[in-house]
Amino acid sequence: MEKFTKLTGIVMPLDRPNVDTDAIIPKQFLKSIKRTGFGPNLFDEWRYLDHGEPGMDNSQRPINPDFVLNQPRYQGAQILLARENFGCGSSREHAPWALLDYGFRVIIAPSFADIFYNNCFKNGILPIVLDAETVDELFREVEANEGYQLTVDLERQTITKPDGTVIPFEIDEFRKHRLLEGLDDIGLTLEHADEIRAYEARRKKAAPWLFVHLSGSV
Amino acid sequence: MTGKTLYDKLWDAHVVRDNGDGTALIYIDRHLVHEVTSPQAFEGLRLAGRKPWRVEANLAVPDHNVPTTDRSRGIADPVSRLQVETLDENCRTFGITEFRMDDIRQGIVHVIGPEEGATLPGMTVVCGDSHTSTHGAFGALAFGIGTSEVEHVLATQCLVQKKSRAMRITVDGPVPEGVTAKDIILAIIGRIGTAGGTGHAIEFAGEAIRALSMEGRMTLCNMAIEAGARAGMVAVDDKTIDYVKGRPFAPQGELWDQAVADWRTLHSDPDAAFDAEVTLDASTLVPQVTWGTSPEMVTGIDGRVPDPAAETDPVKREGMQKALDYMGLEPGTPITAIRPEVVFIGSCTNSRIEDLRAAAAVARGRKVADGIRQALVVPGSGLVKQQAEEEGLDRIFLDAGFEWREPGCSMCLAMNADRLEPGQRCASTSNRNFEGRQGPGGRTHLVSPAMAAAAAVTGHFVDVRTLE
Ligand code: SF4
Repeated sequence: MEKFTKLTGIVMPLDRPNVDTDAIIPKQFLKSIKRTGFGPNLFDEWRYLDHGEPGMDNSQRPINPDFVLNQPRYQGAQILLARENFGCGSSREHAPWALLDYGFRVIIAPSFADIFYNNCFKNGILPIVLDAETVDELFREVEANEGYQLTVDLERQTITKPDGTVIPFEIDEFRKHRLLEGLDDIGLTLEHADEIRAYEARRKKAAPWLFVHLSGSV
Repeated sequence: MTGKTLYDKLWDAHVVRDNGDGTALIYIDRHLVHEVTSPQAFEGLRLAGRKPWRVEANLAVPDHNVPTTDRSRGIADPVSRLQVETLDENCRTFGITEFRMDDIRQGIVHVIGPEEGATLPGMTVVCGDSHTSTHGAFGALAFGIGTSEVEHVLATQCLVQKKSRAMRITVDGPVPEGVTAKDIILAIIGRIGTAGGTGHAIEFAGEAIRALSMEGRMTLCNMAIEAGARAGMVAVDDKTIDYVKGRPFAPQGELWDQAVADWRTLHSDPDAAFDAEVTLDASTLVPQVTWGTSPEMVTGIDGRVPDPAAETDPVKREGMQKALDYMGLEPGTPITAIRPEVVFIGSCTNSRIEDLRAAAAVARGRKVADGIRQALVVPGSGLVKQQAEEEGLDRIFLDAGFEWREPGCSMCLAMNADRLEPGQRCASTSNRNFEGRQGPGGRTHLVSPAMAAAAAVTGHFVDVRTLE
């Protein structure tokens, strides 16, 4: 996984609550068996005026000029500013894949849906929870100032505004550590293979029915 | 010392190690796999040269992409076909048990787990699918995961998790006739909101919940995720045990007795403390219908489409206005005046035998109304379909003008050929009314199976209890 340490980038505001993963990446693109290439279909239904299907040449499709992602002032944005309950709905990891593929590395919102929040960390995206008032203020400032940028420093757990104001944020220590180091979760868990085997042995004694093979025998 | 919640008990029994940083390594007893969220995980395994840790803990089934019409012709869409074939191929390579598309046991992953006894009380059950919460109905700890975690479970049989907070939702009172598990959960979501359970594992308790069948409890837990909670659960009782008994993968003989003794302990202790408590009185509930693009946008069948102007929170107000624009609805419209063009009875929320019986009871001897262009019934599994046919439910539906289909996710999310046209309005027994969920531009109203059938035969939403 890609590390996340520090980033200064353009902020794109997405001013709606309850943005669900179907909106982030519509289901027809979930048929892909790959992990990449979802960026051009991020927010597909809001971003284009026609209906998107896998395999289309996205550069030829009519874009919706009103949608923020298509506005020139937000091109190259790496920080997404969102409203409450961002990423609700399905567990599809295609949602963070699409955000990452497009170029977003940070998402700021008053709250996130649990599975989505968790999926972000697995993909080197930093989701930051700030209180609703601070988020409101950021929305006002982003919309008022073209080229508005924030600096996000994970080590120090701070967001720095263009005027130098610093906003601290909270993050679980373990998540911070993994993201800073870009650690491979599976590799880390397998370091405890002996403990997993010991658990299985204990459990097999206490609850043998859990180890019945799906074919019927133990 | 205070007692333990059901969630505490399930959690404690699965801790492999405490990581000392607020997380624990949790053992996973059952991993369910489907075609959409697994290909990249298998690919990851292969690239890292890893093998499944305990291959027999996995059960796979294709469900999202499968056609619900004649299966013998295969899958027409080449992209869908490749995804299903990739699952077949991965299961073959790694030796994972799979119910293929032409297997009678094939169906929606959350229907077949319990149906086969692959989901058991006291288990940790995960799947790369948010509606894995369904399996919590069995007193199991069940939650959806992303594809990276699917790979993690395949490779290690464990997950790194932070314990959630515990929430209890107590539903008291007798449930009025005609009010179902679907109405209860929609009313709960209407009350606490789609983020109300975020960060929590929800235990559903109370008289109304005890009175529900296992099918009803599955419907309830299925939509815990729509209330923001990754996991929903119900304590084990006789109904749980009776349901599991004799299922193909359920323990037998001595093991059965031993298992049942253990399962009897799967309830919250009387003095257990919860981080959050919500109570609801079921006795005043009426059948529910959603009017917006989020499951929390819901009201009773006797209600009206609300007026955004009356909402004081500006973000909410705008959200409501956007929802009404999308849904093509005017504030103040009585719910009973809304006329769907499509009816969908199916999905992991409501496609079990009890759901089909409830819908058939309404459809019996009636005809699908003129304004309804399509009325689909999609059983949750091949075995549900078979049982329904043995009971003659297929005839009732067909005689009334419904279509009787092959099992799968179907129009719940429209990844296969079953979908709404832009602007089409649908009475659906599924769980999500998000924009475009059932097809781009499609408008979804979530209801119970009986309410969907009632809308089909009258052409508009109607309180099913008023039908003669
Ligand atoms: S029926 Fe719908 S909600 Fe259930 S697993 Fe299939 S797509 Fe998901």
